[in-house]
Amino acid sequence: MSAIIDPAALDRPNSYIGKSVPRPNLPKLVEGRGQYVDDVVLPRMVHVAFVRCPHAHALIKRIDAKDALAVPGVLRVFTGQDLAVVCDPWVAVLVHLAGMKSAPQYPLPLVRATWHGEAVVAVVADTRALAEDGVSRVLVDYDPLPAVADMETALAPGTPLIHPELGDNLCFQRINESGDVAAAFKAAHKIVEATFHTGRHTGVTLEPRSILADYNKGSGKLVVHHSTQAPHMMQGVFAKQLRMAEGDVRVICVDVGGSFGIKVHVYPDEVATVAIAKLMGRPVKFIADRLESFGSDIHARDHRIHGKMAVDAEGRITAIDIDDLTGIGPYSVYPRTSAIEGNQVINLVGGPYDFANYRAKTTVVLQNKTPTCQYRAVGHPIAVTVTEGLVDLAAEALGMDPITFRLKNLMRDDSYPRTSPAGMKFEGLSHIKSLGRLMDMIDYPALRAEQDAARAKGIYRGIGFAAFIELTNPSPFMYGIGGARISAQDGCSVRIDPDGSVVAATGVTEQGQGTEGIIRQIVAEAVGVAVGAVRVITGDTQNTPYGGGTWACRGAGIGGEAALQAGLATRAAALEVASAMLQAHADTLDIVDGNIVDRATAIIRMPLSELTRIVYFRGDTLPPGLPRELMQTRHFITKEYPFAFTNGIQACWLEVDVETGLIKLLKHWVVEDCGRIINPLLVDEQVRGGVVQGIGGALYEHCAYSPEGQLLVGSMADYLVPMAAEMPDIEVGHIETPTRESLLGAKGAGEAGTAGAPAAIMNAINDALRPLDAQVLAQPFSPERILQALGKVPMRG
Amino acid sequence: MTTHSITVTVNGESVRRAVQARLHLIDFLRGDLGLMGSHVACEHGVCGACTVRVDGAIVRGCLVLAASLDGASVETIEGVSDRGEIRDLQDAFIARNAAQCGFCTPGMLMCAADLLGSNAQPTRAEIREHISGNYCRCTGYQAIVDAIETTALKRVSSDAGGAKP
Repeated sequence: MSAIIDPAALDRPNSYIGKSVPRPNLPKLVEGRGQYVDDVVLPRMVHVAFVRCPHAHALIKRIDAKDALAVPGVLRVFTGQDLAVVCDPWVAVLVHLAGMKSAPQYPLPLVRATWHGEAVVAVVADTRALAEDGVSRVLVDYDPLPAVADMETALAPGTPLIHPELGDNLCFQRINESGDVAAAFKAAHKIVEATFHTGRHTGVTLEPRSILADYNKGSGKLVVHHSTQAPHMMQGVFAKQLRMAEGDVRVICVDVGGSFGIKVHVYPDEVATVAIAKLMGRPVKFIADRLESFGSDIHARDHRIHGKMAVDAEGRITAIDIDDLTGIGPYSVYPRTSAIEGNQVINLVGGPYDFANYRAKTTVVLQNKTPTCQYRAVGHPIAVTVTEGLVDLAAEALGMDPITFRLKNLMRDDSYPRTSPAGMKFEGLSHIKSLGRLMDMIDYPALRAEQDAARAKGIYRGIGFAAFIELTNPSPFMYGIGGARISAQDGCSVRIDPDGSVVAATGVTEQGQGTEGIIRQIVAEAVGVAVGAVRVITGDTQNTPYGGGTWACRGAGIGGEAALQAGLATRAAALEVASAMLQAHADTLDIVDGNIVDRATAIIRMPLSELTRIVYFRGDTLPPGLPRELMQTRHFITKEYPFAFTNGIQACWLEVDVETGLIKLLKHWVVEDCGRIINPLLVDEQVRGGVVQGIGGALYEHCAYSPEGQLLVGSMADYLVPMAAEMPDIEVGHIETPTRESLLGAKGAGEAGTAGAPAAIMNAINDALRPLDAQVLAQPFSPERILQALGKVPMRG
Repeated sequence: MTTHSITVTVNGESVRRAVQARLHLIDFLRGDLGLMGSHVACEHGVCGACTVRVDGAIVRGCLVLAASLDGASVETIEGVSDRGEIRDLQDAFIARNAAQCGFCTPGMLMCAADLLGSNAQPTRAEIREHISGNYCRCTGYQAIVDAIETTALKRVSSDAGGAKP
């Protein structure tokens, strides 16, 4: 594609792209009239609750359900063996991740439970409360086994094997290398190195994982109401695992109460629920409670990274060397796999910078903890933390200001297209412009002056920066080439109804990002009607074109382009009919605000509703051979670049209380370039929400485990998430470098905030602590860790 | 299990039910009455998604037992929406995109309405403090603070200038 839409050139009555149009689904949500899965109640619906393993690793010797079945209201109890009769296991590997291995996973384990919190037995009852009564009466005789809790020793000789048939506890290992790293380090003017920990945390969607499966034995059809990001993918998964045709499975997700990547995976307890519905032939609902969410929602970001950077005497980065280790739990998670996060880390480290020599190794090991997988900004916060941490250390070693050092090393804005040392292809980025925009926003000299003045009074404030790249609009290179049935393509059908209103059915989904809003804007503009005349259908595999759903920041860039093309095609189809009706050449006509108009004079020739009346009810009056296809479907997939990278830079200004170790966030800034902005309000709020999620991981959130592999987090009183009082105001600025792969020019915007925030915070804390010769490199940067760095409290064993 | 007969006024309508002693208010509202606007998210009184009013004061629906509410008056997001009591606040949330997934929103609105009922001109810090017990995982809170602040300012200016043309 060559032409890119210029919003100014389309400034006519229905030009909505680039405008802050409110979202159509908010009026119902602010009145509590949405429909989340738990709001759906079906006749003869029953509830399932799960007995969960209290050990990190244990043999299941015997299951006695007699007492549970005696509880009034308890209907059935299912074990792993029971469900294996109707449901096949899955193995989460991708063939393009060479050498990757994992073990077959069943809805409920057959022989051994391999993490604390794994569902072992299912109890079905009339209500959730009764099902829990039943759960408390199931007797499972476990034989506890030695657990692999510490990822550092997972591969050490003598460590027990989680899946003996795999031969070791190694899931995946890859080295990404270019240039001559050894020579660069040998020739370096300065070398800095450090070890970073990013800390295991999780998504905590406010709506827990939820599923309601309804199998009709008469029709052989399965309807699944599911809180998911990827309904078509789940349709395929349920069909395959339960040995059904995809067309006999319908997945519906009306409203989804937050996802952040948590709800794009295959969870054994959810597959178990569907299998039970098939066995019982009646609707079965599973809503995770918060305790089981912490133990069974995927965790993420459990990485230890040794990093080294070499710089020359002029202050240029010459080499980066990374050794990443991550523990992913006992199974790679289906179908995206748990090796992608580590793979992303070694693809993204050093991403914004112009240097030649790169070596990065990731080692992905199995352990007896909750499985990890993709969570918002997959791998990015880790890669950015390492890169930007090393950048600040290098600047300090050289005695350079961190901004001067970044300006010297960031890729030039006129240097694209280019490929990074890690092998990532960049179509067009704007690091230098973004940094310039940030400098306009923050008044850097004033902040430094304020910092100096505060230090004189014993107040320790710091400013931290983090430049970043973000992977969006993924092509099949992310999953498809590895064999995963995950669609990188997406589609949209646009239809004009008899009253002239428009319906758009899209394969991308809504979990709060504003997908329905932007699809509505794009389609309204493309067809030529008011936004109020467009209704958007999402989240229903029976009624939307096949697509991948919403993840990896693809909704706007992929789904949006499909909607634009479908809308333009529908407009052209309507104009072809109008041309026949009005005896005018189609090129001389246009659709504006729901009317067919003369393009040159803007004089209204007839309302769209008159055209549709004739097409639908008086087709006899039209020329017999005239096409009257007022519904058009288009699909879009990126072809030239594996990913559309975005970029940006963040700054954080905070204060460290050196007596308590508490951190007060004073202000946060983000400049990001997501290409064409479809709705500035929604983009800004994606950035702000993303930043706060990054702040959560940096400062508060931690899935803490005992050395034996016991999860120590049981409620939201244990696991802290950001609260309103502690969060700063966040200022957001933009640069727009549209992608030329599409007419729309949009890239993704949902993960940039999360990608950069932890690194900006770490650098700000270390900037504040620099006069005290203290630094922190392990997230979360809790008061205890701050005080340990200051030598005020002892390190824990 | 023992049951208790309770008569409760819910959104202005009298409701009589026999409830188990262990039944929480939020499960009573959702399960027995089909009022799905208030949500269950943490079940430990931490996150505020189940915030409703009992006798005019906001409570956590997951911490109150239904059996304790005989004679009480309960209001939920559905009730205050029907009465139009917080229409301006809801409009501000829509205009500012102060809701994303919407799961926390009903509880957040009940909490925000509570603040504006007792403090007509809260500072941003007071707003942040008051909604601290209501978790939002999507927005990062700033849009919510903006929407509440805007509503407060509009209410004050319309009170002050109500007589003007």
